[in-house]
Amino acid sequence: MVEILKELEERFQVSDLVQQKDHLAFVSVDKNKAIPMITWLKDQAGYTSLTLITAVDWLEDGKFQLTYMINNPKNKTQIAARVMIDRENATMESAHHLWESVRIYQRELKEMFGIDFPGSPGVDESFILEGWVDIPPYRRDFDTKKYSEETYFPRPGRQSNDPAEYMKSKMYPNE
Amino acid sequence: MEREFDKAIKEMYKEKFLAPENEVRQVSAPDGSIIEIDPLKDYFCQERPKEHKPRKGVVEDFLNWARAESLWVLGFGTGCGSIEIPPLVTPRFDMYRYGVQMRPTPRQSNVFIISGYLSVKTLKRAIRSYEQMPSPKYIIALGSCTINGGMYWDSYNTINRLDHYMPVDVYIAGCMPRPEALLAGFGKLKELIKSGQGEKANEYARNFDWYKANQKKIIRDWNMPDYNW
Repeated sequence: MVEILKELEERFQVSDLVQQKDHLAFVSVDKNKAIPMITWLKDQAGYTSLTLITAVDWLEDGKFQLTYMINNPKNKTQIAARVMIDRENATMESAHHLWESVRIYQRELKEMFGIDFPGSPGVDESFILEGWVDIPPYRRDFDTKKYSEETYFPRPGRQSNDPAEYMKSKMYPNE
Repeated sequence: MEREFDKAIKEMYKEKFLAPENEVRQVSAPDGSIIEIDPLKDYFCQERPKEHKPRKGVVEDFLNWARAESLWVLGFGTGCGSIEIPPLVTPRFDMYRYGVQMRPTPRQSNVFIISGYLSVKTLKRAIRSYEQMPSPKYIIALGSCTINGGMYWDSYNTINRLDHYMPVDVYIAGCMPRPEALLAGFGKLKELIKSGQGEKANEYARNFDWYKANQKKIIRDWNMPDYNW
């Protein structure tokens, strides 16, 4: 694990190395070096299995963080590559040529976060939100409660309590 | 006759989202002539659903008894409740003794169990399946998600109230209700049918425009015919 991280540092100038467990390490990598690095890991270093691709919305920084988690089945180690991309017109190089399943992840990311992957097959087709017209729902500036109340005819009479205050009023009614 | 509302909605969605298989196209007939096919008109029924008036007196009672004793359930599972239905077929719960059985297609069934939350995508399929079922047909709504959204009440993609889109005969509350509760629901549905109150299919026909408007409000890519049994 240590050797492979050292080699990644030399070859692809990765930063922010965090080794969370013996078999799991996170690295940050530049946007234009991410796909070459993953290709190298897959072809040369034995990281042949894709675990997942996911995204995090850093709204305050104006960034999306893409995480590519890949697995080496031989020595059972995982490397997660974090890539920061701009939130405005979010675009990332497609990795669908490396694994078949990547296209499904990228379709989902396009629909849920609005991150575009040009050239990925079927990336513009709707995945589960058919005919969606609002901003992508996993973005943090999307207000899902407001959207639901406006769209789905909420049944009146539903109420919710703040757990802390509710328990306080139940247990210490005199205070 | 097409109503103004239907027309407006149809125009609105036709240009935007018509599935490729539903577009008007030229087809060569076996005798060599070229004919035009409009799938929305030629392949699907355009007629609106009709209300079925009850027969008189004892005849209707007999028919209702017969209907109540033979509930055929469409095998369509949505959400978590679909896992509560298979145990009903096992010897422990054994729904066959109540005249309830599962059928694979909408054309053979008259009870539709909406077994949990419905996403908009599933709702579209559920509506199509419901409309293909022969009347008289009944809907059992299973779980609190169908009543007020349940734990998905603030979700961006699941509906809150099923009765705005489909007519519901029996609600079974709980998250999730156990198979016993489902059996109790079947018992309640039988009571309703026997007393002549299982008339929700007629209610759907009567308030067809209201239901369609609600459905089209959330199903934005309405690329199917309005009624397709």
